[in-house]
Amino acid sequence: MPSMRDETGIGGSRGRFPTTSLSAIGAVGSRDPGERDRGFAAVVQAYWKPVYKYVRLKWGLDNEGAKDATQGFFARAFEKGWLASYEPAKGSFRTFLRVCLEGFLANERKAAARLKRTPGEPLVSLNFESAEAELVGRCSLEGRSPDDFFREEFARALFSSAVEELHRELSARGSELAYQAFERYDLDPDPENPPSYASLARALGSTESRVTNALQTARREFRRIVLENLRSLTRDDSEFREEARRLLGKPSP
Amino acid sequence: MTFLSDSALERLRLAADTPETAGTRYSITREIGRGGMGTVYEAHDSVLQRPVALKVLTLGEGDPAAADRMLKEARTMAGLEHPGLVPVHDAGTLPDGRVYYAMKLVRGEPLSSWAAGQPMAERLRAFQKVCEAAAFAHSCGVVHRDLKPGNVMIGSFGEVLVLDWGISRRREDPAEPDGVVVGTRTFMAPEQAAGRTDLVTERTDVYSLGAILDFLLGDGQPRAAKAIASVAARAMSAEPADRYPGAGELAADVGRFLDGGVPASYRETLLERAGRFAGRHRTAIWLVAAYLAVRVLLLLFFRP
Repeated sequence: MPSMRDETGIGGSRGRFPTTSLSAIGAVGSRDPGERDRGFAAVVQAYWKPVYKYVRLKWGLDNEGAKDATQGFFARAFEKGWLASYEPAKGSFRTFLRVCLEGFLANERKAAARLKRTPGEPLVSLNFESAEAELVGRCSLEGRSPDDFFREEFARALFSSAVEELHRELSARGSELAYQAFERYDLDPDPENPPSYASLARALGSTESRVTNALQTARREFRRIVLENLRSLTRDDSEFREEARRLLGKPSP
Repeated sequence: MTFLSDSALERLRLAADTPETAGTRYSITREIGRGGMGTVYEAHDSVLQRPVALKVLTLGEGDPAAADRMLKEARTMAGLEHPGLVPVHDAGTLPDGRVYYAMKLVRGEPLSSWAAGQPMAERLRAFQKVCEAAAFAHSCGVVHRDLKPGNVMIGSFGEVLVLDWGISRRREDPAEPDGVVVGTRTFMAPEQAAGRTDLVTERTDVYSLGAILDFLLGDGQPRAAKAIASVAARAMSAEPADRYPGAGELAADVGRFLDGGVPASYRETLLERAGRFAGRHRTAIWLVAAYLAVRVLLLLFFRP
């Protein structure tokens, strides 16, 4: 199991895979230990929150139990090489991971063993408090199928991570205006009084055309980041296209 | 990490997915529908000041082959000028790199739902127009390969338009490998469903047209509809050689039925022929019968 404190820390860097090289999903089956670790870290980064929330709401485990189960699942998946056995022809990686998780939890429950933390030092350092805070007021899958719930939580984690990355990239390029426009127009608009381009320009002390261009830039970068990250989390073009359709389009009814 | 509420997630989805049209003549109004390759939006053309439909390559379809397919579809449609086919106005690449084409915005109802409230004759006349559009495309060397009620739109003024030429095939297109199955199973000819791309011809579309006709006839038709059902049955023959040779011939046979004649596909019984004869010459038959009745009465009462 690789050390993932830096890789999976909230807001920390993550192993990004160029679109032309092996994706994270492909890398988890690599014979190169370094590549395999990087691939696994990227998978954990993208999926730990959906897994934690799924365990909490679908399986009804308490906070501590869900933490142990999440860490235990990823630790076991790494030790046993479960993720390397993924076959794209049988469905999306997301569904495969959820099915692995279900199997893991069922086995743990069947063994009548309390879902224990893997002995010794925690192998994966994850900020469970943030995931728990996101569950406030939610106590079930809210009428959604397990697969739909898991897909939506994966999309939330993917978009959330892309927003962070967008902020970092635009700040580094000195394009604060672009991020601010994106934040106020797309990310967190006032629900009572959604901004117009003109009001946004006034609020940001800029012109309407500059704000419009800045917003387009931010959206274009956001789209690029989401797609790059999604590509790194899929095995091949076909799965990537299917996931892009499912996650970025209108959610299925 | 930033927590995204459901509404924030929805807004970001929209921000990421909505095509970037800044600097172009189009602005997106709303999404109309999603297909396998592209999403169709209602948009406003600021130059000509009119609404248009904009078909944009789905996000994630980044490979050049998908862009080529989309352009091929636009060029195919642009090359088919017929009242039953949607005119294409423009094609190109949006600032976000996605290929698009603009076409006439069709307001109306898909044949699939429109048919339910229509009398049989109206349905058959609409079907004839679908056949005529397909026949025209065939004459230009294009096979649609996905004809179905959902791909036919009935406009507000009764115009019939055949849509979605995304998987159509032109005569000059390079051969596809066998085993490639494209289209919609319910309306698909056996050779198409089997992936025999070498056997896909105009008669493959004739089969799909037969399936559409079958759909339009519905269940529980009266006995008189046996003749028109035979038209659908012939069009849907398993062997391409047993089908109508073209969509035009199929439309003509439907026309014969609408005019009170017998479709070429139907073999009438003697009783049916007599019934049809009586139906067509009802007035003359009544006059002759009345004349004969009078003669009989005269013979009975004024016998010499």
